[in-house]
Amino acid sequence: MKLYPVLQVQGLVNRFGSQVVHDGLDMEVRADEVFGIVGGSGAGKSVLLRTILGLQRPVAGVVRIDGSDITRMGEAQLRSVKAHYGVTFQQGALYTGLTVLQNVQLPMIEHLELDRTALQELALLRIRLVGLPAEAARKYPAELSGGMVKRAALARALALDPRLLFLDEPTSGLDPVSAAAFDELVLYLQKQLRLTIVMITHDLDSIFRTCNRVGVIVDGRMESDTLQRIVDHPHPWIRAYFHGERARARLGAAHGA
Amino acid sequence: MSLELRRTDEGLELELTGEWVAQRVAAIESAVAALDLAAARKLSISTQRLTALDLSGAWALRQLLQRAHAADVAVSFRGTPPDQLRLLDEILTDTGAAGAPASSGAHARQPLTAIGRNAVLAGRDLLRGLAFVGHASTTLLGGLVRPRRLRPISIARHVYDTGITAVPIVALIAFLISVIIAYMSAKQLRGLGADIYVVDLVAIGVLRELGVLLTSIIVAGRSGSSFAAELGSMRLNEEVDALVATGVDPFEVLVLPRVLGLTIALPLLTIIADLTGLTGGALLCRYLLDMPLTQYASRVNEAISSTTFWVGLVKAPVFAVLIALAGCYRGMQVRGSARELGRLVTVAVVQAIFWVILADALFAVLFMEMDI
Repeated sequence: MKLYPVLQVQGLVNRFGSQVVHDGLDMEVRADEVFGIVGGSGAGKSVLLRTILGLQRPVAGVVRIDGSDITRMGEAQLRSVKAHYGVTFQQGALYTGLTVLQNVQLPMIEHLELDRTALQELALLRIRLVGLPAEAARKYPAELSGGMVKRAALARALALDPRLLFLDEPTSGLDPVSAAAFDELVLYLQKQLRLTIVMITHDLDSIFRTCNRVGVIVDGRMESDTLQRIVDHPHPWIRAYFHGERARARLGAAHGA
Repeated sequence: MSLELRRTDEGLELELTGEWVAQRVAAIESAVAALDLAAARKLSISTQRLTALDLSGAWALRQLLQRAHAADVAVSFRGTPPDQLRLLDEILTDTGAAGAPASSGAHARQPLTAIGRNAVLAGRDLLRGLAFVGHASTTLLGGLVRPRRLRPISIARHVYDTGITAVPIVALIAFLISVIIAYMSAKQLRGLGADIYVVDLVAIGVLRELGVLLTSIIVAGRSGSSFAAELGSMRLNEEVDALVATGVDPFEVLVLPRVLGLTIALPLLTIIADLTGLTGGALLCRYLLDMPLTQYASRVNEAISSTTFWVGLVKAPVFAVLIALAGCYRGMQVRGSARELGRLVTVAVVQAIFWVILADALFAVLFMEMDI
C-alpha cells in the first residue's frame, strides 16, 4: 500500500505574546498508522492539536489534511474537511444536555440527511461498536463512568465514518485495566475500519501497546520516528521520558518478548 | 448512482458502484429502499466496481440483505463479501438485536399522576429550601461567635461585585423611573390644578417603594444569576466536593459571604437609588413645571414624614437575604449538565424576584397595620 501522508504539518510556528510554543514544527502521519504525540506539560501538544483541527490559526506554517492546506481555507471548505475526521477530547466533551445516543446523532444530523430510523440505527451501531451496552444509549453523560465517557466520545467521533481520528489523552484518568481495554478497542477499530489515528498521550503503556510511530515535541520542534528507534534518540528529554524508571520496566518487557 | 440492477434468467444481478460512505448514505438508503425485489428468486451482488465502503455503507447493504432475506430471496456475492459486513454481524449479534431504546416520552402521564407528582416535588423542594436556609443560619450563628470565620475579605469582594459595580445601572434606572412618574402624574394632576402633589408622589413613591424595589429587581437579575451560575459551575467542576473533602464547609466560604455581602450592598444601593430618584423628580419639576428647586426641596420636606425613608430602607436587607439565598440555593442544586445550570439560573432569578415582591406586599400590609 502506498503510504501517502494523510496529515502533514510543515514549518509550524505558534506564538503567544513573547512565548514561542512551536518553532518550525514538522510532522507527517501516514495512512493506516497509529501516530503518538508525546511531550512534556506545556510543550504544546494541545496547541498543535487545536491548530490541526482548525480551531486556531498558526502564525506561520502549513497543515495539510489529505493534501489540502487547512490554514488557508474558508469556513465552508473547513466545514467539509471537518466531516472527514473525528476527534475525542481529553475530558470527553460530551454534550451534557443530550443522551449518549443524541450525542452520537448530532454530527450525523448536521452532515447527513437521514430519516429517523436510519439515524437511530446508525448511531446505535456506533455505540455497540465501541463496546457500550445498548442501555447506555439512553443515559446522560453525567450518569456514565469515566471509561464509558471515553467510549461514548469515541462513538461520537466515529459518527461520520472518518478515515482520520484524533484522540486527545484517550486513556488519561482510566485505571490500567480500563486503559488497556481502551487501547485494545482503538487497535481493533484501527484494523477493522482502516483508520489513521493520531493520539496525544502521556501513557507509556498506551504508546507501547498501540503506536507504530511516535513524535516527541521538544524545544518547539518534533522528533518523530518509529517506536523502536525513537526510544534511543539522544535528546535528553526523550531519553528521560523513555528511560525513566517506569519506562525501563516496560522496555525490558518489550525487548524480552 | 450507487447501484445498477439487471434482470437475467436466473434472477437479479445487482452491481454496487461508486462510494458507499457515510456522506452519501441517505441517497444510497433511498436507492436501496426503491429496489424491487419482488418475484425474484436469486440476487447476485457484485462489488467489483465499489470504490469505497465504510461502516454506514455496509449498514445500508445489510439493510438490503435483510430485506432480501425477509422476501425469501437467495443472496450470493460474486467474489468475497466485504469484510465490513462481517464486522457488522459481529457487533450487532453479540448483545442481541433488540437494542432500540424506548423514547423517553413513551409513558403518557395521567393528569392526576402529574398533579400528584408535582405536588410532592414542590413539597420536597420547599423542605430542601428550608433546610438550606437553616444550614445558612446555623453557619451564620457559628460565624457570629467566631467572627474570623465570616471571611471579611470574601464579603468585601461580594460587596464590590454586587454593589459598587451596580451603581451606574441602579442610579440610571432610578433616575429614569422617577422622571417617568413625575411626567405622567404632572399631566394628570395639572388638570386638577394640583401640580404640587407631583412632588409628593415622587418623593413618597421613590423613598417608600420604588427605590428599594427597583434596586432589588435589578440586583436579582445581576447578582442572583451570577451567584447561581458561579456556584453551579463550581458544582459541575466538583469544586464544591473538593471543598467538602478538605473539611471546609461550603456554606461558610461560598454561601455566607455572598449573603452578607449582598446584605451590606443592597441598602447602600437603595440609598443611591433614592438620591438619584429624587434628583430626577427635581429636574423634571424644574423644567416641566417651572418649580424652583427650593420650593421642590421644601415640598419634599413637607410630604415625607420622619419614617418614610426608613420604611423603604429597612426592606433592603430582607430583600438582599432573599435574593442571595435563592441564587446560592439554586446554584448548589446544579448537577450533571450544562442545561441544568441554565435551568437553575433561570429559576434562581425568577424566584428571587418573586420572593422580593411577595415580601414587599407583606411589608405593605405590616406597615399599614402599624400606621407608618
